[in-house]
Amino acid sequence: MKLLKGLALTAVLLALCGTANADKKLLIDGSSTMLPIAQALAEKYMDKTPGITISVKGGGSGIGVASLQDSTCDIADSSRPIKGSEIAIALTKGVDPKATVVALDGIAIIVNKANGITNLTKKQVRGIFNGSISNWSQVGGTPGKILAISRDTSSGTYEAFIALALEGDKIRPDAMLQAASQAVATTVANTPGAIGYVGIGYISDTTKVLTVNGAECKKENVLNNSYPYSRPLFMYTNGKPQGDAKVFIDYVLSAEGQAVVEEQGFVALKKKQ
Amino acid sequence: MVVAFSSLIFLTGIVLVLFIEGLPAFSVTGILSFIFGKSWYPTSTPPEFGIMPLISASFVVSVGAMLFAIPVGIGSALYIHEIAGEKQKMFLKPIIELLGAIPSIIFGFFGMVIVAPLVQKVFNLSTGQCAFTGALILGVMAIPVVCSIAEDALSVVPKSFREASFALGANRWQTLLKVIIPAAGSGISTAIVLGISRVMGETMTVLLVTGGAAQIPNSIFSPVRPMTSTIAAEMGEAAVGGVHFHALFAIGLVLFMITLVLNMIAEYIGRKYRVKLGLDV
Repeated sequence: MKLLKGLALTAVLLALCGTANADKKLLIDGSSTMLPIAQALAEKYMDKTPGITISVKGGGSGIGVASLQDSTCDIADSSRPIKGSEIAIALTKGVDPKATVVALDGIAIIVNKANGITNLTKKQVRGIFNGSISNWSQVGGTPGKILAISRDTSSGTYEAFIALALEGDKIRPDAMLQAASQAVATTVANTPGAIGYVGIGYISDTTKVLTVNGAECKKENVLNNSYPYSRPLFMYTNGKPQGDAKVFIDYVLSAEGQAVVEEQGFVALKKKQ
Repeated sequence: MVVAFSSLIFLTGIVLVLFIEGLPAFSVTGILSFIFGKSWYPTSTPPEFGIMPLISASFVVSVGAMLFAIPVGIGSALYIHEIAGEKQKMFLKPIIELLGAIPSIIFGFFGMVIVAPLVQKVFNLSTGQCAFTGALILGVMAIPVVCSIAEDALSVVPKSFREASFALGANRWQTLLKVIIPAAGSGISTAIVLGISRVMGETMTVLLVTGGAAQIPNSIFSPVRPMTSTIAAEMGEAAVGGVHFHALFAIGLVLFMITLVLNMIAEYIGRKYRVKLGLDV
């Protein structure tokens, strides 16, 4: 769906380019997690800045980085830091990736409201999702089968959660994969033994949010890094942002841009000290 | 003529795309480890593309659905054709057809919100989103297909068969069991096979009610992830041109092959049946 939206937007933008050749173009590619932010920001920015077209695609962080290496995009969105091997390839092509952190994301662990557990350690969360812990009694709860609810394997939230929480393990094969974060929340709300994870924007009253290692999943804790499942979201450019890319990234970092980040359910950066 | 042949063009186009986009997946994983592989982790590093859990999920859900749809569908067809009076017929037939006209997303939604919690409570399960719920709902969805084709099959049994049977002193029940059903037997089999392919290809409903766990089910109450819902759920976010993207097309190819075989079986049985009745060859 995100991809389709991205494609549709690209198509519209391409059509616009045809009519107004004088337009400046900015190509953004990469993370599907960041696609909603990037799209919303691009739309707002284009509304207030005539004469620029921003095309946003979202194929995944890896695709964005590859696209930056080949100089086929101006900004690469990535929900993970660029890897050393990717920097090496980029350098051989004369591209020098530089990161700008544009937003933060926190992933909340949610359980059914009937569940007595209030806190899990990182180790317990890992055990629950890799399959080594299967009963609530193993983590100090009332005995009952644990039902792990996950996003689909292609989702950005899934990839982030796996990277942050499973540390290289694979998710248990009997985890129930849901097509949307809202579906994860609904299933957890309806299933007494369930545990799931959602982006911080999907926290609601229908489920109970657990603390992890005692830290609550809230904006302050994501900002000061005391909540373990939080991550920065990056925009990579070739060298320090310049020209149109710089103007756009400055807009993203502005109070108005950060408000859009919050609207999309992510955590805005701290105001500049 | 162009209009009539357009279906052929669409079919060829779709089959071509399925092959072109699906075959590269086999060159990466090998066709045997693709079909018989037991783990589906398309985005892990390294990724694993084994679709046995998905195939077995489709299989379990479809068989379960047919166990439900066949008795009810064929029972309804027999009742409508043999027992129901004109008034009942006028009422029942449109009702069953209406059941077939309900969009599958509505069935899925209904299943997720009403049936799954109910199944969970009744069978005291950890979750109601499982193969059983999927089978139950798909079974209901297949009833109209099975019933209307079976009813058609019953109605083309020549009147003379029935009259001959009565003339030999058989009662209504004997006539039904020994004459009408065997004569319409192939048509009824066609109804069943088409019902199975309807159920196999169903996507939205299974996506919402079967739980989505890519494991080989160890019971009818396990959460499962059929082939169709895997494609639907993952295609949107798979990188275009990547191995995962091709693997999803390859699943589509496997699914297409299965339904193609099922339809060929239906066609074959249907032809045999026309010959048997001496209608035409």
